[in-house]
Amino acid sequence: MSVELDVFVGNTTIMDKEVFQLWLNGYTVSDAVKVRIEGGIMEECEANAEVLLSDTMDQYRTFQMCERLLHHPAKLSNQLLFQIPPDRQAMLIERYYAFDDAFVREVLGKKLSKGTKKDLDDVSAKTGIMLKSCRRQFDNFKRVFKVVEELKGPLVENIQQHFLLPDQLGRDYAAIVFFASNRFETGKKKLQYLTFQDFAFCAGQLINHWTVGAVDNMMDDMDVDLDKEFLQDLKDLKILITDKDLLDQHKSLVCTALRGKTNVFNEMEANFKNLSRSLVNIAAKLINAKDVRDFFIDLVEKFIEPCRSDRWTSIDVNLYLTHYTNSAHILDTFKHHGVWTRYMGVIKSCILRIYH
Amino acid sequence: MPGKLKVKIVAGRHLPVMDRASDLTDAFVDVKFGNTTFKTDVYPKSLNPQWNSEWFKFEVDDEDLQDEPLQITVLDHDTYSANDAIGKVYIDIDPLLCSEAATVISGWLPIYDTIHGIRGEINVLVKVDFFNDLNRFRQSSCGVKFFCTTSIPRCYRAVMVHGFVEELVVNEDPEYQWIDRIRTPRASNEARQRLIFLMSGELQRKIGLKVLEMGGNAVVGYLQCFDLEGESGLVVRAIGTACTLEKISTLTSASATHPSNSSPSKDMKEPVFGEEAPGIPLSSGPPTPLRVQTFSSFSPSKSYSRQSSSSDTELSLTPKTGMGSGGSAGKEAGPLKALLRQQTQSALEQREYPFFTLTSFPPGFLLHVGGVVSARSVKLLDRIHNPDEPETRDAWWEEIRQEIKSHAKALGCHAVLGYSESTSICEEVCILSASGTAAILGSRFVQDGPLDTDYRFEEVAPPGCGFCHIPYDELNIPFPAQLTYCYYCRRFKVPDVLFTTIDLPTEANVTGKGCLIQARLCRTKKKAQGEGNATAISNLLPFLEYELHTQLMNKLKLRGMNSLFGLRIQISVGETMLLGLASATGVYLTALPSPGRIQIAGKTPSDITYEQHISNMQKKINDTIAKNKELYEVNPPEVVEEMIGSPIPEPRQRSRLLRSHSESSDEVTELDLSHGKKDAFVLEIDDTDAVEDIHALLTDSPMPPGFYSCNTEIMPGIQNWTSAIQMFTSVRVFRLNNANLTNQGLNKIFSDLCENLLKSLYFKLRSMIPCCLCHLNFTVAVPEDELIQVAVTAVAMSFYKDQTLENGRQSGDKTLIKAITENDEQLQFNLELNAESSSSNPLSSTKGLSDVSGSHPSARAPPVDYSSFADRCSSWIEQLRLKAHTIRRGSVKTTSSLEKASPLPEGRSRSLQSNRSYSGSSVTVVKMTPLSFIPGAKITKYLGIINMFFIRETSSLREEGGVSGFLHTFIAEVFAMVRAHVAALGGNALVSYSMKECVFMENPNKNQAQSLINVSGDAVIFVRESELEATSVQPQSAATRETSNGGDGT
Repeated sequence: MSVELDVFVGNTTIMDKEVFQLWLNGYTVSDAVKVRIEGGIMEECEANAEVLLSDTMDQYRTFQMCERLLHHPAKLSNQLLFQIPPDRQAMLIERYYAFDDAFVREVLGKKLSKGTKKDLDDVSAKTGIMLKSCRRQFDNFKRVFKVVEELKGPLVENIQQHFLLPDQLGRDYAAIVFFASNRFETGKKKLQYLTFQDFAFCAGQLINHWTVGAVDNMMDDMDVDLDKEFLQDLKDLKILITDKDLLDQHKSLVCTALRGKTNVFNEMEANFKNLSRSLVNIAAKLINAKDVRDFFIDLVEKFIEPCRSDRWTSIDVNLYLTHYTNSAHILDTFKHHGVWTRYMGVIKSCILRIYH
Repeated sequence: MPGKLKVKIVAGRHLPVMDRASDLTDAFVDVKFGNTTFKTDVYPKSLNPQWNSEWFKFEVDDEDLQDEPLQITVLDHDTYSANDAIGKVYIDIDPLLCSEAATVISGWLPIYDTIHGIRGEINVLVKVDFFNDLNRFRQSSCGVKFFCTTSIPRCYRAVMVHGFVEELVVNEDPEYQWIDRIRTPRASNEARQRLIFLMSGELQRKIGLKVLEMGGNAVVGYLQCFDLEGESGLVVRAIGTACTLEKISTLTSASATHPSNSSPSKDMKEPVFGEEAPGIPLSSGPPTPLRVQTFSSFSPSKSYSRQSSSSDTELSLTPKTGMGSGGSAGKEAGPLKALLRQQTQSALEQREYPFFTLTSFPPGFLLHVGGVVSARSVKLLDRIHNPDEPETRDAWWEEIRQEIKSHAKALGCHAVLGYSESTSICEEVCILSASGTAAILGSRFVQDGPLDTDYRFEEVAPPGCGFCHIPYDELNIPFPAQLTYCYYCRRFKVPDVLFTTIDLPTEANVTGKGCLIQARLCRTKKKAQGEGNATAISNLLPFLEYELHTQLMNKLKLRGMNSLFGLRIQISVGETMLLGLASATGVYLTALPSPGRIQIAGKTPSDITYEQHISNMQKKINDTIAKNKELYEVNPPEVVEEMIGSPIPEPRQRSRLLRSHSESSDEVTELDLSHGKKDAFVLEIDDTDAVEDIHALLTDSPMPPGFYSCNTEIMPGIQNWTSAIQMFTSVRVFRLNNANLTNQGLNKIFSDLCENLLKSLYFKLRSMIPCCLCHLNFTVAVPEDELIQVAVTAVAMSFYKDQTLENGRQSGDKTLIKAITENDEQLQFNLELNAESSSSNPLSSTKGLSDVSGSHPSARAPPVDYSSFADRCSSWIEQLRLKAHTIRRGSVKTTSSLEKASPLPEGRSRSLQSNRSYSGSSVTVVKMTPLSFIPGAKITKYLGIINMFFIRETSSLREEGGVSGFLHTFIAEVFAMVRAHVAALGGNALVSYSMKECVFMENPNKNQAQSLINVSGDAVIFVRESELEATSVQPQSAATRETSNGGDGT
């Protein structure tokens, strides 16, 4: 004796937020029922386990039927199969595209390929996020990536428009796409202390200032790629470290400005040449795609770690970088002010964000 | 006279990928009407083609316009091989043929394929240039309005209710044609879908013709059903009530309190419902020509009868002329009333069947309710002599209707209200059922004689209780009932219990709230073939009905209530079992006596444990009754008690006289004392059965707080609805793995199945608390040997819990309602008497009925006729019932107990979510409800009937999520298609929605399943009352603005 078929269809599709979350988290029906029972819903609504099971199965089925539409959220609003109020639609989309920070840290900057997908069980084991949920999140990344990869115009807007995501989530996805397409290395041990939001912030900076779209919105090119011309121009900055006079002059200008304003002045003075060399070298190397990938690891190894070992505070770093940037403009023989500003603006805000 | 149908194909979207190579589709569209086909150009390589075609024009007869659906096929062009069909859209253009309905069909409609489901959408424009044919001999009936709603539609006024119309058409089922062996499942399904569309169209046209000839212009309470008989054919049949409706202009409804003011002439005024003053008829002198004309429209109605009512089938069970005889007249009414009644009766008798499919009526229509009348008959489909012709089935239904008619007569009634017909088919056996409520109708609507002077006799009874007063003569009660004086007006006799199939009349005085009451029964049956099988079923039926009735009675008492409305008994037959499900809404009518307590009496009080057991149960029962009274606020006023002394003895004495010649001559009070006598009557009810009954009583789990349920249009006792409504359908199929189940075991399984389903519904809808599940409609089926299928459709409606809010609102609402009542007819509910009892004298009924089957007039070569079995059974059941009633009175003691009601238990506070947030969606929100109204809104326009039939089949069941996934998708798709068609007509809601058929068949071994769904309803435009108020400032523009507002949705 068994219930062979059990369906409930409402004219307005009924979707329980709590069950939706359980489904998104990758719970099986029976696990979801357990969670709900533990949540005390039975006492609250005078239900029994049977009712709960039936409801959960039904909800799961509804979600599965909806999933196809959630892959193209724009379709959700003009499809006819489910009558879902707009606020509900927005909730569904937002939750479906939401991701776990722990998960995204694992795949950030990786190629969104089948190979990566195969390794998701390791990610799942490491993060404690269920494999099913990992797959959904990964597929979301990949889907967004595929759609906007070929699109022209501003990345964030493209994502928001195509996937009807709220502002913040749209920007996060832009970061993920940006990292994936430039394959930034984020997984190294030294970078482990950085959160996804740190990277997302940096990605925002890079997108807004270093890509082609940053200079000219009408450009045919896309936000995903860094501005090649700019990267080429960065090589010119090398003069700051190759020209001995310029280097000394720069150092003295910065030191003059900093003297007495910080507790770590001595360390700053001692490290100036090293630090300057590091920053300029990073800039000069960015024309090579391989070195772009190491952008963050370079920043940490070559700038943040030395500062940290000298116990700079982030105020010190801010102070140092401000004067370091500004002083370069005063140098007589230094001509690349535009490139310098564009480069250092981003470097400064990124370093400040990840210096913790 | 031709009409011109114009179709334009605009665009498509979300099309499926048909070309794997390019991941695109080269789509074009085939537009077909009748035998004419047009094609659009191919729109290459797109999933969102923009055809923007020219207007395709079809010049066709109006007959074809009514019969044929417009068929739009979307195909993928293929240069080298045959073009692949993507899917089809059938459009019923009937709404465009009526000037008052829709004028254009325009919008996105889902493209449907019977194998793949919905595959994208297509945007079309359809218009009709139509010249109405005034030829008397025409075969078309364009312009007749159809409504599924079983009351007078809200923006109309009934000028005349003409009466019953029915039609039946038969065709060979394409699924059983020889060609089906060589064609694809898709082709077969499409042939079937198309055929049913055609047959529905033909049926509507034919019914429309009948209506026109009767002088009407509309069919209300239109109920169309399919019988999938299998080999013997596919039957589409419909019944309805022909009416002459008049549209109430928006302006009038807003301002006028007396709708009659707007009537064109005084003579027309006379039969208008909702008119109050009984004085008006008095003043009308000799009939004016106009009036004569109006009424003469009655007589041609007779010519519709395929079989004249004067044929030998006219079997009168008993008092055919009884009502006229002076001796039988009620003492209050006097001879004049009797005469009047006779006149009314004769007016009704002119019609073949004085049946009405309506369930709620305009004021003044219904005078008295007799009780439920029902008839069933078992037929063998493989004995139909000429399966392709409708005659045999017509004759079957003829018999059943005659039986109903005579049952009504036996109850002293001349009309049957809330009438419906249904079938249950299993292999070659078919059970035909019909039921309704016998009643006496107001004379002013049925009769044209100059007897208006007697009006006051009819009008004396207050409207709040008048319908409860017995229509039959108390000296000649057709069945044993305890009569008392009406607890409301104290002047007329009322029965102790009233069962009806209609809705509760709005003016009825009700104490407390109502609730859903269900009796469920499952009986095993031996597998058999042919006649043996039919005999076995016929033999089981009376027991089944009797037990259902007993269960209903007990459950009603358990809730402290005294009447049932909307009673619907469904009997479903399978190979090895019979299922019976009776649903109704229990109500405490103030006019009827309190039901008192249930008392259990042991048969043999031999051992102590048994006694204890009994007393425990008694306690449980008493507790439950007390709890229920509290829950439903059933607290009849104390006053009742005082008067009880005097009026009661009288009827008892009389009843003693009456029954003296029947074998059970016992007086009621006598029985209470003498348990010993019980044995004499209780043959079936041995101890285990009784215990089982009581268990069944107590296992009904209570509803969670904040929930109410009913199967009628509105819940008595709740008015303050919010605008939040949620219509839903839920289907469950249960597999009995153990073939050797006892009746008790089966009963329990079946009952649990229904209970669990209800529990699930309550849980699902918990966010709507406080809420009422209205119009809960259960359908049961036995799709296979060991399967039980239960389908439920209902609407959940939230209401305001807050008492102060309620009061505030109510006063506001009341004025609104008042205005509505006076113009549109409001919903009403009616009562019916305790009653399946239909004949007064079992012996004569047997005789009368067997006469029928003996001298069968219509069937030239009569098929083996099982009606005699059924009839014998039905007479048998009468006897059982007679006994049962006495038994009940013996073992179930009735004492009027009055308990103080306590306030309703606190429910959870409802999260105030409004569904107005819909705006902004690009798809029109379409509300669906099985009710005839939308709370907090006014229906401004009826756009036409929606009647759709779909088949879905799959050969990849597992891949589509198993049986549940398959059916879930299909139902969702059907809803989507209904909504899309309503929206395309310009509507924003479908009212009186019903899913009349939901057949599901599976073959898991082959990974296959097939399902058929038939849905119907009325597409409407509604406007929120709040918006109405805003517009009423400028009444001039009100009408236009409402319409435009309505289109926008909420």
